[in-house]
Amino acid sequence: MSAASRFSPSRISALMIKEIIQLKRDRLTFAMILVIPVLQLVLFGYAINTDPKRLPALITAADNGPNVRAIVAALASSDYFAIAPGIASEADADKALMDGTAAYVISIPPDFERDLVRGLRPQILIEADATDPSATSNTLGALPQIIDIALARQLAGPLATKATTPSAVDLIIHRRYNPEGITAYNIVPGLLGTILTMTTILMTALALTRERERGTLENLMAMPATPVEIMIGKIVPYIGIGLVQVSLILICAEFLFHVPMMGSMALLLAATLVFIAANVTLGYTFSTIARSQMQAMQMTFFWFLPSILLSGFMFPFRGMPEWAQWVGSVLPLTHYLRSVRGIMLKGSHMGDISGELGAIAAFWLVVATIALFRYRRTLD
Amino acid sequence: MADAMAGETVIAISGLTKSFGGKKVVDDVALDVKRGEIVGFLGPNGSGKTTTIRMICGLLKPDSGSGTCLGMDILKDADRIKREVGYMTQRFSFYEDLTIRENLDFVARIYAIDHRKERVRETLERLGLTSRRNQLAGSLSGGWKQRLALAASVMHQPKLLLLDEPTAGVDPLARREFWDEIHRLAADGLTVLVSTHYMDEAERCHRIIYIAYGHIVARGTVAEVIAQSGLSTMIISGGDIIAIANAVRDRPGVEQVAPFGNDLHVVGPDPMVLQQAVDTALAEIGSAAVARPGETSLEDVFIRLMQTARIEDRPPNGPDENGRPA
Repeated sequence: MSAASRFSPSRISALMIKEIIQLKRDRLTFAMILVIPVLQLVLFGYAINTDPKRLPALITAADNGPNVRAIVAALASSDYFAIAPGIASEADADKALMDGTAAYVISIPPDFERDLVRGLRPQILIEADATDPSATSNTLGALPQIIDIALARQLAGPLATKATTPSAVDLIIHRRYNPEGITAYNIVPGLLGTILTMTTILMTALALTRERERGTLENLMAMPATPVEIMIGKIVPYIGIGLVQVSLILICAEFLFHVPMMGSMALLLAATLVFIAANVTLGYTFSTIARSQMQAMQMTFFWFLPSILLSGFMFPFRGMPEWAQWVGSVLPLTHYLRSVRGIMLKGSHMGDISGELGAIAAFWLVVATIALFRYRRTLD
Repeated sequence: MADAMAGETVIAISGLTKSFGGKKVVDDVALDVKRGEIVGFLGPNGSGKTTTIRMICGLLKPDSGSGTCLGMDILKDADRIKREVGYMTQRFSFYEDLTIRENLDFVARIYAIDHRKERVRETLERLGLTSRRNQLAGSLSGGWKQRLALAASVMHQPKLLLLDEPTAGVDPLARREFWDEIHRLAADGLTVLVSTHYMDEAERCHRIIYIAYGHIVARGTVAEVIAQSGLSTMIISGGDIIAIANAVRDRPGVEQVAPFGNDLHVVGPDPMVLQQAVDTALAEIGSAAVARPGETSLEDVFIRLMQTARIEDRPPNGPDENGRPA
């Protein structure tokens, strides 16, 4: 084939060989090609479970007869619930739902045993934290059957007639904080954190690598600016940008999706500020490690993937195995999501989310230390 | 250099050594620069010029060596030195996506320059860039970028100016103007250390230091360096230059043979031996060309210095853009 031909296998092979050589030299891209599929497989295959089991539940029982015990035992053995030992007071149960330590509160009224035997269909009240409807829907769906089977065993013999159809008990379900089970109520506050994670980390990750790639870093380092000054100067503008994004999302949440705002806007903004600060600092740390803008973007992606999968944004946090929950607990997004959902849907106060904010602040501190440690004062 | 200003030492460094990946890029370098001097820092690519300059302004930490820059310890006072030193990098390193004025304003703020707006305005005027102040720096030609970089590097009135190959890729007129400006600044007491490849620029320096593969191999004024080399030159004109070059090249006493237009420059260490070699060669090929003694150029000296420096010292690759070994 002549050199001037329109289609030259030799030219194509030249390009292919060059591409493969460059790929081999770019270790991070190479690592991504291998690690990303494995990471995705492990996360989706093992960590993600859309039918969460062993959700924490509290019992407030004013009666403690054999039938109540049978119901509790059945719930416990159903695997859907991890029932806290003992009987909680109503106030404690309320608080547990609010701060998220319990997903369900099961209340059994006084005289339950007597009414059951008399066939009066006594009530059992199930209060579920419905801020994440997908996490609770399966459990709530399985609940009537679990109770019926438990009671059918109990109400054998002379009491068999009491095991009536539809049911011997009147199961009342309260979907707290999101009575209609609207998914948007869960997704929109979640998006707030997810969007912030993506944009703020990426923007700051590019901050130093851009200077390095364009050759301006050498000049900057020859000037009398200290590492702390450079870090603050590079981070603060992006905190401002993050706050603009938050405002935009909150306005959409209000006017497009009518997500309720039960708590204090000031608290939400304070929590958001801590979260953005942690993210931009993480992005800055990435940019002290990455050698190019491409690497900075890849690192951001590496971080983003587990963040959306393991934080409870897409899939119920409690549905994940313990190791995945541990990983998820390190991510600031996990704690921020709980805070935002708490404030917006449950009206959480500072006291309810202080643990979450503390976790984000601790993360921030660690990352900022790494960033300052990693920042090279010289070109060495 | 005006003798009245001599004596005050600006850079006094000795034993400066720096390795990248086990390879000594700068080896036991000593520098001594006086106030108001323009010192040319010469040497082949990868000889350690940039690395040395970066160590002086605190961008790289020396492995060993000690000294002072503007009276401050180069190892301990890097932060204070940075405030008093202007550094112009080899590659344009201001912000291409900022306008000319914004770049100057940025620099002025970083150095906390008094009367900032006034100083930026003055600088723009002196540069002749007032009407183009809102143009993006990236849209400037190479010569203008270089002028902008120089103006930005001296805006905080440094006492020492370090220039790393400042005129690479700049046209002759812009280079001439650039050097005029450097001499004006030096006359006002600014000390300048400038690395370059260009011989004409070396000749514009008060003093030159030649570094090859990490070692300083020559220093002094241009005349001193040429004299130290002990080289003599014969210029042959007329006749078949290429044939003469081939005839004379491998003779004893001949080190360099280089055509310059219609002339041939032949360089060797001993004038008598050189003369003999040239005469024999011309007679051998029966050429009627005329040979006369000529002046040895700085370039001839530098090529000699490069060739005699230990070749095995040459690093396989110079440090990359970020000063890291390749």
